Amino acid sequence: MKLKYLSLAACLIVAGLATSSTINAQGAGTIKIGILHSLSGTMAISETTLKDTILMMIDEQNKKGGLLGRKLEAVVVDPASDWPLFAEKARELLEKDKVAVVFGCWTSVSRKSVLPVFEKNNGLLFYPVQYEGEESSKNVIYTGAAPNQQAIPAVDYLMKDVAVKRWVLEGTDYVYPRTTNKILEAYLKSKGVAAADISINYTPFGHSDWQTRVAAIKRFGSAGKKTAVVSTINGDANVPFYKELGNQKISAEDIPVVAFSVGEEELSGLDAKPLVGHLAAWNYFQSVKTPANDAFIKQWKTFIKKPNRTTNDPMEAHYIGFNLWAKAVEKAKSTDVEKVLAALPGLETPNLTGGIAKMLPNHHITKPVYIGEVRADGQFDVVSKTPVVPGDAWSDFLPVSKDTEADWVTLKCGNYNKTTKKCSGQNYK
Amino acid sequence: MAALAAAAPVRAQPADTAFVTALGELPDAGFADKEAIITRLVETGHPSTGAVLTAMLEDRLYVRASDRRVFITTSADDTQPAFSLLDPLTLKGAGSSPPGDLTKISTNNRLRRVLRTTAARFALSNPDAAVRLAAVTDMLRSLDDATTDLLRQRLPQEPDAAVKREIETGLAMMALADSDPKARLAAVQTLSSRRSADARNRLAALLERADDGTYAEPDEAVRKTADEAVRNIDFIRSLYSGVETIFFGLSLGSVLVLAAIGLAITFGVMGVINMAHGELMMLGAYTTYVVQTLMPNHLEWSIPVSIPAAFVVAGLAGVILERTVIRFLYGRPLETLLATFGVSLILQQLVRSVFTANNRAVSTPSWMSGTWQVNDALAITYNRIYIVGFTLVVFGLLMLVLRRTRLGLQIRAVSQNRGMARAMGIRSEWVDAMTFGLGAGIAGVAGVALSQLTNVGPNLGQAYIIDSFMVVVFGGVGNLWGTLIGGLSMGMVNKLLEPYAGAVLGKIAVLVALILFIQRRPRGMFPQTGRAAESG
Repeated sequence: MKLKYLSLAACLIVAGLATSSTINAQGAGTIKIGILHSLSGTMAISETTLKDTILMMIDEQNKKGGLLGRKLEAVVVDPASDWPLFAEKARELLEKDKVAVVFGCWTSVSRKSVLPVFEKNNGLLFYPVQYEGEESSKNVIYTGAAPNQQAIPAVDYLMKDVAVKRWVLEGTDYVYPRTTNKILEAYLKSKGVAAADISINYTPFGHSDWQTRVAAIKRFGSAGKKTAVVSTINGDANVPFYKELGNQKISAEDIPVVAFSVGEEELSGLDAKPLVGHLAAWNYFQSVKTPANDAFIKQWKTFIKKPNRTTNDPMEAHYIGFNLWAKAVEKAKSTDVEKVLAALPGLETPNLTGGIAKMLPNHHITKPVYIGEVRADGQFDVVSKTPVVPGDAWSDFLPVSKDTEADWVTLKCGNYNKTTKKCSGQNYK
Repeated sequence: MAALAAAAPVRAQPADTAFVTALGELPDAGFADKEAIITRLVETGHPSTGAVLTAMLEDRLYVRASDRRVFITTSADDTQPAFSLLDPLTLKGAGSSPPGDLTKISTNNRLRRVLRTTAARFALSNPDAAVRLAAVTDMLRSLDDATTDLLRQRLPQEPDAAVKREIETGLAMMALADSDPKARLAAVQTLSSRRSADARNRLAALLERADDGTYAEPDEAVRKTADEAVRNIDFIRSLYSGVETIFFGLSLGSVLVLAAIGLAITFGVMGVINMAHGELMMLGAYTTYVVQTLMPNHLEWSIPVSIPAAFVVAGLAGVILERTVIRFLYGRPLETLLATFGVSLILQQLVRSVFTANNRAVSTPSWMSGTWQVNDALAITYNRIYIVGFTLVVFGLLMLVLRRTRLGLQIRAVSQNRGMARAMGIRSEWVDAMTFGLGAGIAGVAGVALSQLTNVGPNLGQAYIIDSFMVVVFGGVGNLWGTLIGGLSMGMVNKLLEPYAGAVLGKIAVLVALILFIQRRPRGMFPQTGRAAESG
């Protein structure tokens, strides 16, 4: 009898709760900007910050008099960390609210979910998070890092500066880690690393019992060769992972862990002492000292009214994305998506850490890559920096994509095959 | 000269000047320059060098903003109101400064590695045997001729057996490259009794064959002994890794038991499907966080204080939940389920509003962190040992309450036959509230333990609720022993499968096995018998 209700209970947990709050449109003369970030559910931790970043940028732009003489107005929706709801909310923004541009999404699965909606309605999405690549849509601008702007330089650093010979690729079981690890495995093998020196493992979302995995990493790392862990572990699973590393006395001096999803925001929620010395690869660190970054941090702390809030990489991506869009609108003298898309490639805007972010024809941007070591206060010490790297949509290290190219200026195609000289259309399989 | 002598009570020597100059350059140096400065400090041969390097390694070397002078602090804890300072030259007290005045001289991985091996050389003559042992272990990580000489000099005067053994290991590792085959054979024999991965790798390296067919070790007899030694070490290490897996299973199992045991009372004994059970654990975890913020200077006591606090907080929440919601819904499981699910969402949103959606940082007290190094091949983490012990204690206490106290008698009476119990003069409503409060309080206590293992955030409860229900159903509803055995065996099976099937497949396999088991024995491992079973 009781079991019947239990199964119902399980369904309820999976279903979760979906709420939405829409600031509805008022005033005809405004330019509407859609913000599609989860404000509830598991991703709220990361995505709420990005919503606030765009609100801050809009506020700032309005103080300067708006764009094309019109004020900007935010339309905030809450897709509640629920992937199908992302598509629904995106449709609402594009069809009902008729927004000029959308800033949104975090996980790759949410981006994949809204992609058909944006292509069907010819919308414009700025996507601010590092991702696995293998995609270039006419309607999406990727301001986060492609694998060659984060994963590959991180591995290069470990290989050259730390002389790592053995690799553990540890990830959460979903599309971003699996694709990234596939690219990294191909890259490592092309650099002469033997298959026996690469260990790839996946754990479920929110994995909390890391004893076996950490013991296995310890064993793998005790073979007498310098070992490093490349971590694509996502979200909440990181804290117990690093805690277990600390408890099993694996220090960053012995086996460094380089993470692609652990930033200032994530570190502020945990005791960073066991993590000291572990690495992260990003295109932005709060600790990088430049006048632009200092001003941005100050502006953020004033806007959010909390002096201990941190800034992070996806926030910078939104900062760059918003500035690029504003420049494109001014250049096109219109908010029409076709005109803005035509104006975007080639535009430049300074990024926060010094250097210039340039919009490329493949809808990615140029970014410098920083490798940082975790400090006890949850910030990073930069130990390595590259010049700006152009984002590559299709990895050169995967056999399926090495002949593919994205170019929305001359070829007008997101996946052009260089050998068959054919554009296979908006099909990302 | 007079002024200088007055400034430093110990007579100024040339070493002092070089030492002070090098030290003065530290605050403004980059990481690469710092490495060079460390070498210069060592070259001065100043008696304080070891202390300065150790302080730098332990994040206790600071520069004062007002006069740019470098100081050693007695503790690395930057939450204290003021640091007490030591002069790096004389190692005598030099007053104190508030943390705002001081900037830490930062280190990175590479620098820490250099510091560790360099500082270890100075710690070889430390009076504390544990410090000497750690120093030798650090030195073994990067053996060269200089460190070998130091170890060789230390060996005859070393009184402690464990340190002596470790030094012999190091000397044997170096002797493997000796030109005399007899010395190499002796070294292999020494290493064959060690269990560390390092010793094994060095022995295995002797057996490697170059492309032209020659062995790294030319002598046949040495090779044979090394081969036997490697096999022996491998065998023993695999035995210990089996022991380790069993312990992992035990510890995962005890976490499951801890999470499920409160539910075993509310669901098992009272028959209430409480979907807010996970959130009661979450309340316990947040209580730990609040206790830690309230007593930042007594971190090591925060856990003993949190346990009763969490019991009270979650228990009260449970009693309120029972009195305001659940008591109107007895005998209507579907409504109870929906109502408590609603309550779970309310509680989640409540902590989001109070503590924000971000995870809270709960620190682990020092007595709970680290590992118990049983031998070179086996190490067990302390926090897991404590949690296994804690689960057993909680289980024992709960059994005691149910079997030996008046409340326990009344709980059992009401759950078995409410009508008869009321006829005997038991206030069944009061007993219901207390039973639910007891189950909820134990969920809170489980939350304290979980705060040491996983994220303290609004979603903490959801991660454990399904596992908890699984354990209770598997063990047999209404049977606490079933919950204990069920939880431990589920943890064990999960951990035995994980190395072969991976974490994802392992979890699926356990679920499938559980479904098949429930199909055959719908009432779990230890079904209730007698009249209570029919009414449930």
